[in-house]
Amino acid sequence: MKIRGKAWKLGDGITTDHITPGRFFHLRSNLPELAKHCFADVRPEFAASVKPGDIVVGGQNFGLGSSREHATIILKLNGVGAVLAKSYARIFFRNVINAGLPALIIDTGQIREGDELELNLATGQVNDLTTGVEMIAPPLPPVMRNIIGDGGLVEHIKKHGGLKIDW
Amino acid sequence: MGKTLAEKILGSRAGNDVQAGEFIIPAVDFVYVHDGTGPLTVQQMKAMGIEKIKDPARSAIFLDHASPSPRLEHANDHKLLRAFCKRTGAILSDLGGGILHNVVSEKYAKPGDVIVGADSHSCTQGALGAFATGMGSTDVAVAMAFGHTWMRVPESFQVVLKGNLAKGVYTKDFILYFIGMIGANGATYKALEFLGPGTKNLSVAARATIANMAVECGAKAGLFPADEQTKLFLQEHGREKDYQELAPDPDATYESRFDFDLSRIEPVVACPHFVDNVKPIREVGEVKVQQVLIGTCTNGRLEDLQSAAQILKGRRVHPETRLIVALSSRKVYLDALRDGTLQALVEAGGIVVGPGCGPCVGVHEGVLADGEICVGTQNRNFEGRMGNPEGFIYLASPATAAATAIAGQLCDPREFL
Repeated sequence: MKIRGKAWKLGDGITTDHITPGRFFHLRSNLPELAKHCFADVRPEFAASVKPGDIVVGGQNFGLGSSREHATIILKLNGVGAVLAKSYARIFFRNVINAGLPALIIDTGQIREGDELELNLATGQVNDLTTGVEMIAPPLPPVMRNIIGDGGLVEHIKKHGGLKIDW
Repeated sequence: MGKTLAEKILGSRAGNDVQAGEFIIPAVDFVYVHDGTGPLTVQQMKAMGIEKIKDPARSAIFLDHASPSPRLEHANDHKLLRAFCKRTGAILSDLGGGILHNVVSEKYAKPGDVIVGADSHSCTQGALGAFATGMGSTDVAVAMAFGHTWMRVPESFQVVLKGNLAKGVYTKDFILYFIGMIGANGATYKALEFLGPGTKNLSVAARATIANMAVECGAKAGLFPADEQTKLFLQEHGREKDYQELAPDPDATYESRFDFDLSRIEPVVACPHFVDNVKPIREVGEVKVQQVLIGTCTNGRLEDLQSAAQILKGRRVHPETRLIVALSSRKVYLDALRDGTLQALVEAGGIVVGPGCGPCVGVHEGVLADGEICVGTQNRNFEGRMGNPEGFIYLASPATAAATAIAGQLCDPREFL
């Protein structure tokens, strides 16, 4: 499956507080409304300007901090096609896969804001069409491939009646 | 082959010997959510078409992050969660019960348990020798519905402690120092196992501060052995029968080893806006402080409040500084009422809120104004954490927080001891 979109380049240490700030906590049961405040203090223009298929590009330890899964869901609701980062915080990585949002581990240092990216999720190929840089992301562990392949954890459970992992 | 604490506990729940690096589906002994993550758990369970939960007596919902409710949206979330508990039989900890991690430690967590919580600081239960880890709401919905979850068995870091903390120095100072040293992603996916003679004199409350913050260096779990301290804690909470001794095997394989002499730790703070931005207080310089928070899942236990009260008793909070004491559980509330701790804190000029998370997570009970600085005993100082991206948060021990409240600026607690 191929994804193509513009890179939204962020630095190291983007927290889930950055993605869904605490002052919008009360909107957690109104995810479309919460989605409008995605990255409110980091990239305030994000929610209004992001296009379907755009790719969020982080650095080290992307998604650190709070387990709030709402962060990954509102990225998906905003149409983000995939997330790339040098490394992820553990809980966030599980959550982004559970949300059915592809996440790859790649050296994002060479990707710049606004670069046009093309991803092949089956092969892990990440091509920066603007710079010509081509990279390959390592495959996810089987359990995560199962979950994201089914479209996320809810879909996986509905499809199989429980956790079904092809180890 | 020798097993680490992580391998032992996960193996016992997976039904066979496990090794670091393996993927398993362990049974889960206890699962819990709060009013910020629970509504999504309920929604996702419904989306999965699941009506019954595996073990209602081992599933709990805590109304603590926005309780009592500051707005109608939170009130409606609380209503939804109460209805879920009524329908499924899950445990409801309503207004006044306390902060989820603290109540789970008091009432439910046992050595050897596998526990998952829809909150990143679920690792707190490692203080009791449980393999406890935080996950998102949907993962926790699966654990609640089926009684198991998938996990990768983590490699373990062996953190060997010797010596005793000096006067005015606490386990908060140690764990902040550790996180500052190893970095916010220095232990990602690892289990931290805190071992050695230095742990013997650390109460479960003191251990809980360390375990609570394991996630702040990326760790999956922060584990202590179950020993005499664990037994004492369980006895104090009417749960001696839940005790079992638990230790790693002497020939267990650890990925890395760290050694610390606790007597050499000094008071430190985590400076804005990251938990690993740790400095000794003496290096920080003058920092005027408008708000001090004492409490939270990190440092809200009775001995934490007592260490603050010891400094504040007979003294006054600085006129330009607000002191908020956010209680962590009904039990702590009553104990602190009875033993004079709350009296000392209130007479000094503090207010008391909770039991609950209070201002820690930016919802209510102490949001910061633009440019304001808060010194707090919580576990996270990210930009915007306390409800204002223009605020600044320093993390510290309760004693440091108390000294700071009196001085009106960041202050080493040893000046008052």
